[in-house]
Amino acid sequence: MTKYVVKRILYMIPVLLGVAFLVFTILSLTPGDPGSIILGITAKPEDIAALNAEFGYDQPFFVRFFQYIGDILFHFDLGTSYSTRQPVIDTILARFPNTLVLALLSMCVSSLIGISLGIFSAVRQYSVMDHVCVVVALVFASMPGFWLGLMLLILFSLKLGWLPSFGASSLRHFILPTLTVSLTSAAGLLRLTRSAMLETIRQEYIRTAKAKGASNKRVIWKHALRNALLPVVTTLGGGFGASLGGAIIAETVFAMPGMGTLMTTAIRQKDIPTVMGATLFLAVLFSFVILFVDILYAFIDPRIKAKYQNGGKKRE
Amino acid sequence: MNKSRKHAQLAEFWRRYRKNKTAVLGLILLIAIVGMALFADLIVPYEKCIEQVGIERLQGPSTAHFFGTDEYGRDLFARIVHGSRYSLLIGLATSLMALVIGAVLGASAGYFGGVVDNVISRIIDVFMCVPPILLSLAVVAALGTNLRNLIIAITVSCIPGNVRLIRSVVLTTAEQDYVEAAKSYGTSNARIIFRYVLPNAMGPIIVNTTMSISDMMLSAAGLSFIGMGIQPPSPEWGALLSNAQTYLFSAPYMLLFPGMFILLSSLAFNLVGDGLTDALDPRLRD
Repeated sequence: MTKYVVKRILYMIPVLLGVAFLVFTILSLTPGDPGSIILGITAKPEDIAALNAEFGYDQPFFVRFFQYIGDILFHFDLGTSYSTRQPVIDTILARFPNTLVLALLSMCVSSLIGISLGIFSAVRQYSVMDHVCVVVALVFASMPGFWLGLMLLILFSLKLGWLPSFGASSLRHFILPTLTVSLTSAAGLLRLTRSAMLETIRQEYIRTAKAKGASNKRVIWKHALRNALLPVVTTLGGGFGASLGGAIIAETVFAMPGMGTLMTTAIRQKDIPTVMGATLFLAVLFSFVILFVDILYAFIDPRIKAKYQNGGKKRE
Repeated sequence: MNKSRKHAQLAEFWRRYRKNKTAVLGLILLIAIVGMALFADLIVPYEKCIEQVGIERLQGPSTAHFFGTDEYGRDLFARIVHGSRYSLLIGLATSLMALVIGAVLGASAGYFGGVVDNVISRIIDVFMCVPPILLSLAVVAALGTNLRNLIIAITVSCIPGNVRLIRSVVLTTAEQDYVEAAKSYGTSNARIIFRYVLPNAMGPIIVNTTMSISDMMLSAAGLSFIGMGIQPPSPEWGALLSNAQTYLFSAPYMLLFPGMFILLSSLAFNLVGDGLTDALDPRLRD
């Protein structure tokens, strides 16, 4: 088992380098050089050239890439913003907590709602409540999250005045954005949990358990649920990515100072270092979440555990 | 002979699909939305989308303007009808492009295995580490905001998932006896992949593509909403919603209708996708 975990962690090194290369390459496709982006094309060529040299843009592509990686690894430096001329990492660290809190809250709420209603729905298949859950989930899964957010905003902030409509200064500010992000992803999770649960209930070992005379409760909680949740766990990593994406858009709806609003502003200002830094920062975070979920999965799925233990014994 | 067998298969498939009422409802909804996009000019002339009537600014729904008017006095019904073209075009174009690229890469990885599989899978691992919306945003940041770039941005974010899915279905199909038999005849690899492997792995791929059209339409609307996709004054639904944000209190109908249409079209593809899942794999039904 340790072997699997170590292997999985070591594999992160090339993957993260690959991610950095991918992000760097995509954003290097931007037409124009920092000098003419910052000073405008009407500036004096020598000023533009000087600024380009300051940003290291006079170097070839691969030299710039390795400098970028070196700066990140040795100085924790993600470059300098074109528009504010401040280190990108400072802006990111100031904005990032809001996005992280929103994404984590949303993930917790959506897992709670999605998984519990999914189980409930599957256990009472074909009941009225099951039909209601399925239909409501389908509608929510087809809904643009930000649209739901705007409607919640009209209802709870503008009409009822219960909750603030913008900003991120207190936990109350996070209630509407969290609902916005989590309700749509909860719908997907409900559908997934329900079908996984239904599939599990049809397995032979469930019939065996029932035939043994195990109570209905015991069959569901002890035999079905643990197996049904395995495929659900695998999607949690992707679910965090979806929450992150949802958070980025919800920030625009609720005018929240987070990574999403940071990135959209940066894209409008052609502030490529900020876009690159923010993308890379979130992608690295996301990779660690995926790693964590993979390792978690290996621990809870006895089949993977057994494979590695047997494999280990054979080689010894 | 072969033709009539295919015909019978289709008839059987349609019989199963038809039994599912929600799937039929989804299909009707889908036909209505596609019809709206195809015949937009017959429903309401394009001029109505851009015609600015100063005295009719921000008017609520009425018989003259079914969905009301915006801040320039433009008819929102006309704008929404013509806006359907963007959503459908983006949804279909991105899903199909991602499908083709995903099929080529995924099928090669699953069929050839070894080095080919290793190289493709490792590259996909890297892509999978960037959440789709970030990948799209990075592409938009580099290329700029317009329809073509939005399509590229969304396609890129959709490819990795497709490659993984197609690779895994091809892996299981490639082990079947009929593939082995085809190989022993000396059939070329390309022919085996396109003639034997992909058609037999088609079920999950079709379902996934249908569902992904809905996801892609939602992503496109989301990106346009935050100003990173189709730009106003184009009547794209996400852009309409972005505009409606300014008038949340005075003109909430500007928010209601474009959102409803995004919801309905996305719902249509999801319902059809669900219906296809059941019809293609009858074992999952009761």
